[in-house]
Formats: sequence, C-alpha cells, structure tokens
Amino acid sequence: MSTASVSLPAWINYGVIPLLNLVLAFFFSGLVVWAIGENPFEALQLLLIGALGRGEGIGFTLFYTTSFIFTGLSVAVAIHAGLFNIGSEGQAYLGGLGAALVALSLDHYVPWYVTMPFAVIGAALFGAACAAIPAWLQAKRGSHIVITTIMFNFIVSSLMNYVLVRLLIVPGKMAPETRTFLEGGQLPKLDWLIALFGGRLGAAPLNFSFLIALLMCFLVWVLIWRTKLGYEMRTLGISPSAASYAGIRYAKIVMITMLISGGLAGMMALNPVMGASARLQIEFVGGAGFVGIAVSLMGRNHPAGIILAALLFGILYQGGAELSFDMPRITRDMIVVIQGMVILFAGALEYMLRPAIVRLYQQVTGK
Amino acid sequence: MSLDSPKEPAIELVGIDKKFGAVHANRNINLTVAKGSIHGIIGENGAGKSTLMSILYGFYHADQGEIRIFGKPVAIRDSQTAIASGIGMVHQHFMLVENFTVLENVMLGAEGGQLLRKGVATARKELKRLEDDYGLEVDPDAVIEELPVGSQQRVEILKALYRGAEILILDEPTGVLTPAEADHLFKVLRVLRDQGKTIILITHKLREIMAITDTVSVMRRGEMVATRRTAETTVEELAELMVGRRVLLRVEKGGANPGKVLLSVRNLTVKDSRGVTMVDDVSFDVRAGEIVGIAGVAGNGQSELLEAIAGIRKPASGEIFIDGQPAAGIDPAGLRDLGLAHIPEDRHHMGLVLKFEEYENSILGYHRDERYGRGAMLDLDAIRKDAEEKIAKYDIRPPNARLRTANFSGGNQQKIVVAREIERDPKMLIIGQPTRGVDIGAIEFIHKRIIEMRDAGKAVLLVSVELDEIRSLSDRILVMFAGKVVGEKSGEAGEQTLGLMMAGIAA
Ligand SMILES: Nc1ncnc2c1ncn2[C@@H]1O[C@H](COP(=O)(O)OP(=O)(O)OP(=O)(O)O)[C@@H](O)[C@H]1O
Ligand SMILES: [Mg+2]
Repeated sequence: MSTASVSLPAWINYGVIPLLNLVLAFFFSGLVVWAIGENPFEALQLLLIGALGRGEGIGFTLFYTTSFIFTGLSVAVAIHAGLFNIGSEGQAYLGGLGAALVALSLDHYVPWYVTMPFAVIGAALFGAACAAIPAWLQAKRGSHIVITTIMFNFIVSSLMNYVLVRLLIVPGKMAPETRTFLEGGQLPKLDWLIALFGGRLGAAPLNFSFLIALLMCFLVWVLIWRTKLGYEMRTLGISPSAASYAGIRYAKIVMITMLISGGLAGMMALNPVMGASARLQIEFVGGAGFVGIAVSLMGRNHPAGIILAALLFGILYQGGAELSFDMPRITRDMIVVIQGMVILFAGALEYMLRPAIVRLYQQVTGK
Repeated sequence: MSLDSPKEPAIELVGIDKKFGAVHANRNINLTVAKGSIHGIIGENGAGKSTLMSILYGFYHADQGEIRIFGKPVAIRDSQTAIASGIGMVHQHFMLVENFTVLENVMLGAEGGQLLRKGVATARKELKRLEDDYGLEVDPDAVIEELPVGSQQRVEILKALYRGAEILILDEPTGVLTPAEADHLFKVLRVLRDQGKTIILITHKLREIMAITDTVSVMRRGEMVATRRTAETTVEELAELMVGRRVLLRVEKGGANPGKVLLSVRNLTVKDSRGVTMVDDVSFDVRAGEIVGIAGVAGNGQSELLEAIAGIRKPASGEIFIDGQPAAGIDPAGLRDLGLAHIPEDRHHMGLVLKFEEYENSILGYHRDERYGRGAMLDLDAIRKDAEEKIAKYDIRPPNARLRTANFSGGNQQKIVVAREIERDPKMLIIGQPTRGVDIGAIEFIHKRIIEMRDAGKAVLLVSVELDEIRSLSDRILVMFAGKVVGEKSGEAGEQTLGLMMAGIAA
C-alpha cells in the first residue's frame, strides 16, 4: 500500500521495470527448457538468431509485429474509453473480407497504390461493422461488451466459413480460399527497408502494411491525447460519472470508440491477406487478435509501448518457430508456454517487483 | 511544540519531514498528544495535515523523524504495523464493502481463523460490548449501502476499535455528516476519551474544535506553528494563526437587486434509480442578481434536485425553464451552452477526474469550446496557459498545472472546480456544497466570488447542508424536507426557525 503511492522516474517505470520483468520471464522459461533436457542458453541464442540474425528472420519478425501492432492498437483504443474489446480476432477476420473484396474487384484494373487506400477503408469498415453490434448492445442495452465481442468471434468465424466455402472459393478447387490477387491487389514487399540495413528480405512477407501500422500508431496517439474526442474517451474510461457531469454522451462515445477499435483490428487483415498470401484464407488471423490484448497490456495502452511489445511478440513468434525447428524437443506448444510466461510476468505481474524497486530507489537516493 | 501535561503522552512525533518532489508537505514536525485527550489539528488546505496523519498510519513514509507510541519508538511500515501499535484511522472516504453487513465489515481482515462461524460469534459478542461501552449503536446485520452516512462512519470507528485501537485518527469526519449526526459523533468521541482513548481530529470547522477538543495545533505550509489549550484560545486567534492574517468569518454583502427570472422550476418530480420519489412536485424561481439557498438535512432531495436542473438526472415530470426556454431533458453540454454552470456536490465523482492532470480538469465540460482548440483538436498550450491563470487567480496550491489532480489537497481540488465554473462567466450558477472540506481562508474567498456573481446579475442557486453557509449567503431560503419545499424564509431567518422546518416540524 505504502509503496504504491511513490512515484518513480520514467526511466525506471518504463525502462528498468519492464526489462526486469522480461528477464524474469526468460529465466523461468529457461528453467522449463532446462527441465526437458535442453540447454536454455543455447535455446535463447537460437531464438534470437532465428528472429533477428538474418534479413529474412527480421522480415518475418516485423511481419508478425505488424499484425500485433494493429490488434494491440485496437484493444488499447477501447481500453482508453473503459471498454474491453476481446473481439479484435473476429473483427480482423471480417476485415479480411473487406480487404479481399476490394482487391478482387480492383486488381485487374489499377496498380496497387490505387487499390490500397480502398482496401484500407474496406478492411476498416468491415472490422468496424463487426464491432458495431456489440457496441450498440453495450451502449443502448447495457449488454457487457466482453461477452458480446467474444460471441462475435464465433459468429464471424462461422460466417467466414460459409463465405469462403460457398461463395468465394475458386470453382473446382478444394481449398476454401479466394483466387490469388493480381499485382494490383497486393501490397509490395519492403525489400528496401531490410536492404537499408544490409540484409536480404528473401521469402519473408514483410510488406507495406508495416508502414500503415506505424502511421496508425501516430494517429492513435493524436486521437487519444490531442483531440477532443480522445479527451472524452479518456474521461469516460476513468470516470463515467464525471463524463455524465461534463455532458459527454455515453452511447455516442461507446459507439465511436468501438467502431475505431474494430476498424483498427480490421486493418490487421491487410498484412496477411494483401501483403503475404495475396488471397483470403480460412482462419488467417491465427490468434493475432488475442495477442493484441497482451500487447496492449504490456505496452501500457500507449502506441510507443505497443510498438515495443508487438516487436517482442514478433520476436517470440519468429524466433520460436526457428527454435522448434532446430530443437525438436521444443515443440510449438513449448513456445506457447514461453509466450505465456512473458504475458504473465510483463503483463499480469507487472507490479510484482515494484515495491522492492521502490525501496531500493529510496535507499539509493537517500529519501 | 508541546504543552507540558501531567499525563503520559500517547503519541510523540519528533522531527517528521516529508517531501513530495518539490512540495515540502511536512517540515520538521514535533507533536505530543497526551493519553486520554482529544487533540485537534487545523490548517489551511494543503498545509500537510492529511500527510502527517498518513505518515502516522503508515500510508506514507517520513523522509526523516521518529514516531513514539506510548513512549516506545516504533517503525510504522504500513497500516498493519500501525494497527498493531494501536492506531486506528477513520478515513474521510469510507473504506467499507458496500454490500457486506456491518458485522462482516467489522470482521474483514480480522476473521480469526479459517472457519467463519466461530469468528462470527465472537465478533458479534465483541460488537455488542463496544456498542454498550461507547454508545455506538448500529444494527450488526444491516447492509452498509442501506445505512445513512453517519452510521457508516460509526462502523468505521467500530472497525478500528475492534482491532484494538487505543489511538483514533479522524480526518475531516464531519464533512459528510448532518448536524445531528455530527453531534452524535462528538458524543461518542467524548465517551471514548473518558474511557482513556486518545483522539486526533482534523477539521476545518473551528466551532467543532472549540466544542470538543482539549488541545489544538495549527499547521501552516508544512509547519506546526502553534499549539494551544482549547480553553485558552478563541476562534479568532485560531483563524489568524492558520491563515496568517485576519479572516472574515462571515462575508459582508449588500442588499440584493433581483431582476428577471432566469431559472424557473415548475412542478418538478424526480425519482432516484430505485424509483423512489426524491423530489416531489417542487416549484420555485431564481432571479438574476439573487442567491437562493436550499436548506435541508442531507438526503431530503436536494442532490436530486440539483442533478435534475444540471441535466444529469431526467425528471419524472415537471418543467424547468432557463431564461424562458424549456430546459428539462437537455443534456449538461446543452445546458452549459444556455449559460448554466454547475459546481457539483461530489467533486471526486463528478467535478473532477482525479487521475487527470490539473489542466485537463480545468476544461471538463467546456472542452468542446473553440478557445481550447480548433475543430476536433485540443490546443494544449492554450489550455495550460488558461489553467495557470486560474491557478494564480484562485491561489491553488501547489501552482502546478501538470500535477495529478489526486495529489492536490481536498480544498485545493474544490478550488479547481470553483475556478472552472465561475471563470466561464455563466448566466446562472448552481452550486452544491461549495465549501465542503475547504479551509476558512478559502471559504471567505469562495463566498466572495459567489456574492460577486450575484452582484454581477447572475442567478445563483445554492445547496448546502451547512446552515451557516446558507444563512450568510442567501437572499432567500427554501427549506426542503422529504422531497418537498416546506417553506420559504428571508435570508435573515433564525437558525432555530430553519432547524425546525428542516426537521419537518414547523412550516
Ligand atoms: N502523493 C502526493 N504527491 C504529490 N504531492 C502530494 C501528495 N500528497 C499530498 N501532496 C501535497 O502535499 C501538500 C499537503 O497535502 P495534504 O493533503 O497533507 O494537505 P491537508 O492539510 O490535508 O489539506 P486539506 O485541508 O485540503 O485536506 C499539498 O500541497 C499536496 O498537494
Ligand atoms: Mg486533508
């Protein structure tokens, strides 16, 4: 109780504490690796080299990072208004349909940079549409957004099954996916970005949507801390009674926030659908929506933090894949355990070390 | 400072020092409180009273200094060690579980073993004994949220006593109480003292200091500047010690010059969330250039009346006119556009977002205004400059627009709200409890501002449970009882008459 009120300098709050949390997470993951008879240091080395060692690895890492930034932002925007959007997964999935419909209808006629803005809008609109009904139910009927957004994940999943298997499938093919988009419906790879650092992108799917993600980080920052709407969202998120006193309309803010949140989740689809596989595939989101919750939590709901947290999860995804390839005893499930450790220590237990650090800080500074 | 006293000291604070960044909240404080006495601490808003008590109770750590309890030096690390040393605290904002019973709340954290049943039986017996000994009657099986504030506070005291408190700290305990409840509290405190408990009482009401304390200390800007035996001092002396200058305990005001009707309420009925009628067919007018006070014991519908006029609560029926225009059903933003400003009763839940920095709160409700940023954007520079001007004008301390609002002392938080609402130069001002928790210097300041508003031709509607405040500010007084306006008196009405009306006895 007593240490909670002490304020620490920013470099400790946002530097030292997250770093120590991370070290703890890796320490316990190391124990697990050691327990199954592998060398934890070797494993860590393989993970890092796999994620950051070569241009191709970096390309994959940043590809995953891109998806996590979008979903992390989606969760963060909602949290600022006091809403817990668990539906980013489904909103991203439906966003894929929006992006794909735009790509399928324009790729014959125009180059990618003409398609792109429409695809961004399409993905955002479909993502927002998916969030709209839960938002409306929360705003007008008080149905809890956590429950309704979870339910919508299932609804969207079934809907997309139907759409892909019955409507968009290429006649005569077995795989439930659309046709491959022509170049006019694809986002270009960012070879030049990796080349800038002397690496080669190789087969890695890092693409233009990474830049869109960074732009969205900036726009979300502006929205939350520099606009009147963001002020109203934060007021509502912290104190609903102060919001009602101030004449901030609950239903309106809930609707707008969730539409923005859903839109950001929807844009995530640009990355895998138009950037990587150039077609809409079944279950392409692959859990990125849920990772977004951890990313937002770890990044303290701030765009800068979200970039770092998304990068961390990008490294874990890519490095983990390489690791399970090189050390067969470390299966995919083990990688999930390690990711779980990171979420546990950096997210849920973020305040565990704080009292000790406060005491140390007070001793050192002589206060 | 200490007065040599024959009795052994219960509390000795030696050289306590505490800084929050640049704010020196406690400077080398020395204080001795004798066992079995009631000691008052007074001081301006932000003088450091709550900080000192928080150090004693283990919420904060002193940077320097020693605490001795019954002669023994103790290191109070947290509230657990404070409780173990026999210190109990009654917080201004109660720390009770609303949907637990009194008994459950008292036991919470002191259940005595894994199985509840035995603990419950002993607790019930102990509670009965405490009630009998100290006259602290509350029904042990009543649910907290259904109890009036005064009883909730008694539960807080019971909780502390149940944990074996010998020393009881009360930080502004009467701010939320009705006069009758406050009297009851004082009766309890006297019994506690006579049974040998030691009590520290923080309050802004000098009348209470004079009525109940044995000794009193004055704090100013972090320092303990004087300690007096209550019997040997006067309200005037204490006021001057606190503020460092003479204070007008009752602000001068000339006659009113009522103009046209600006606020008109017709047959207004308001229900609370459970559907109980709180305001029952109320009608009245407030004219430009007059202050209309609404007197009444807390809970007789004043809060709901204010909220309905402010657009926060939808009336069940009836009409409200602002400057001739129908205003019932318009939301608070729309009402602000019509020129209505509102200082809410509950600054922590409505008037402020405590996690915001000061400047962010200085625009709450007016954030859509073009002067705070064009179109959709906020102009932070303009907002901060505006906030700093208000800080200077209203002497808000510390003068730091970037400080988190929760870190301002209670009285300074109130000034943030008052500054925001008055500086907008509204046509009409509705005010709930304008000086709750505010020091006498600031009360004088706020009262002057309110009278200035009136003299500038604004209509002012004032709700306060402080009869003194109502009487010294109002040109007309309406008395509310059980949701109805039971009578109207002039501003000069006597305390007796109003008291009887408030109790629903006379009209
Ligand atoms: N956690 C904190 N961080 C920074 N400053 C603080 C903190 N707590 C208190 N302060 C500052 O310390 C000073 C003393 O505050 P304190 O709450 O003790 O005053 P107070 O005498 O109780 O005033 P009031 O009568 O208004 O309740 C104030 O200037 C306040 O702004
Ligand atoms: Mg205080």
